Amino acid sequence: MIPALPPDTMMPEPWRVRSVVRESADVYTLGLESLSSPVPPFLPGQFNMLYAFGVGEVPISLSGDAADVSGFVHTIRAVGAVSTALSQAQPDSVLGLRGPFGCGWPLTEASGHDILIVAGGLGLAPLRPVIYHLLAHSEHFGRITILHGSRSPAEILFRSELAMWQTRPDVSVAITVDHADPTWHGHVGVVPALVERAVFDPPGTIAFVCGPEVMMRFSAAALLAAGVGANRIHVSMERNMKCAIGLCGHCQFGADFVCRDGPVLPYDRIAKRLAVPEL
Amino acid sequence: MEMLESMLLAHPFLAGMDPGFGHLLFGCARNLRFAPGTFLFREGESADEFYLLREGRVALQLHIPGRSPLVIATLGDGDLVGASWLVAPYRWSYDALATAPTRAFGLNAACLREKSEVDHHLGYEMMRRLVPVMVKRMQAARHQLIDVYGRPPT
Repeated sequence: MIPALPPDTMMPEPWRVRSVVRESADVYTLGLESLSSPVPPFLPGQFNMLYAFGVGEVPISLSGDAADVSGFVHTIRAVGAVSTALSQAQPDSVLGLRGPFGCGWPLTEASGHDILIVAGGLGLAPLRPVIYHLLAHSEHFGRITILHGSRSPAEILFRSELAMWQTRPDVSVAITVDHADPTWHGHVGVVPALVERAVFDPPGTIAFVCGPEVMMRFSAAALLAAGVGANRIHVSMERNMKCAIGLCGHCQFGADFVCRDGPVLPYDRIAKRLAVPEL
Repeated sequence: MEMLESMLLAHPFLAGMDPGFGHLLFGCARNLRFAPGTFLFREGESADEFYLLREGRVALQLHIPGRSPLVIATLGDGDLVGASWLVAPYRWSYDALATAPTRAFGLNAACLREKSEVDHHLGYEMMRRLVPVMVKRMQAARHQLIDVYGRPPT
């Protein structure tokens, strides 16, 4: 028997845009505040369904600090009609919002371990709440390593925060870009190559990976080759989510609905499915 | 000299190598320093030496007429620089620019090819180490080629 859902799960609520930050040419971070109900708590890794009135609704991961109960933060890349409309939202405009939905990163399980974060492109956004949590509760975790890959230096996300995190003695940050001109003095290459160079203790490490699926597949392969167990690698999946509550089936990924059972899933559970193009 | 030979054998690329092979390699090696802004080699030049980086940073780049050079990869401590010395006509196909103070062992390619012809075990040992590096770089180049962070096709 399917349990009854809260009556308003499918009903977007009005949220006001209180801030807009342009992160790069087509990536924007929106700060949102509720116009109707208290701000619900969220887990790092969860997502909301954001609704641009008259255009449509898309799932967008939360990218702010879960400890900030004054509102939600979302980082959006303008790639389709809805995400473009959302990214063009002006301060004081109103959007529809349902959520938060899905499973977050396994922070309780990660307690006591070294943490390796592997983020590709906009994949750093769903991982930023994790980083905030790890930094705020660093006494519960070992060494924190953040590996971030980007297309070019101009597209590095949250650049000033990465620089700030790098100054902490318990955090290592490595950034790479796929291509650069000679004015870039950092690393050039793909993210999995950073995994090989990173200094960490594989048996004592839990890895959180987020980015384009191809990047996650090869990052997971690099982590396995480095000695991180498949059950200690967690990835954030992306599929075509519609209802966000595991009813409509649009985001079915084998035996899982990404919206309900994910988006964060253990790699050992889905590794074989990642190799199936039809899924 | 003995110290330099043991330093060469301690390079990650040669980790665990039989000291006898190491001695043969050392006969082809020299110790080098590159200041930032100097080229290890330029595209089209004879690939007569390859490099094992001890420390520093090297950018592999292609120059494109009318545009800034494009950096396609950076290499650092413990990396090998250069594979064109393996394949005739032994010409570099890109530039290698030191972007930080860099120390490296240079290995004379003709010397190593000659020794490998005489001692195929040495040649096999080198190929056994070179091939994984080349395969990883080819795979990385493919990943860069698919532009994984680019805009999805509409």
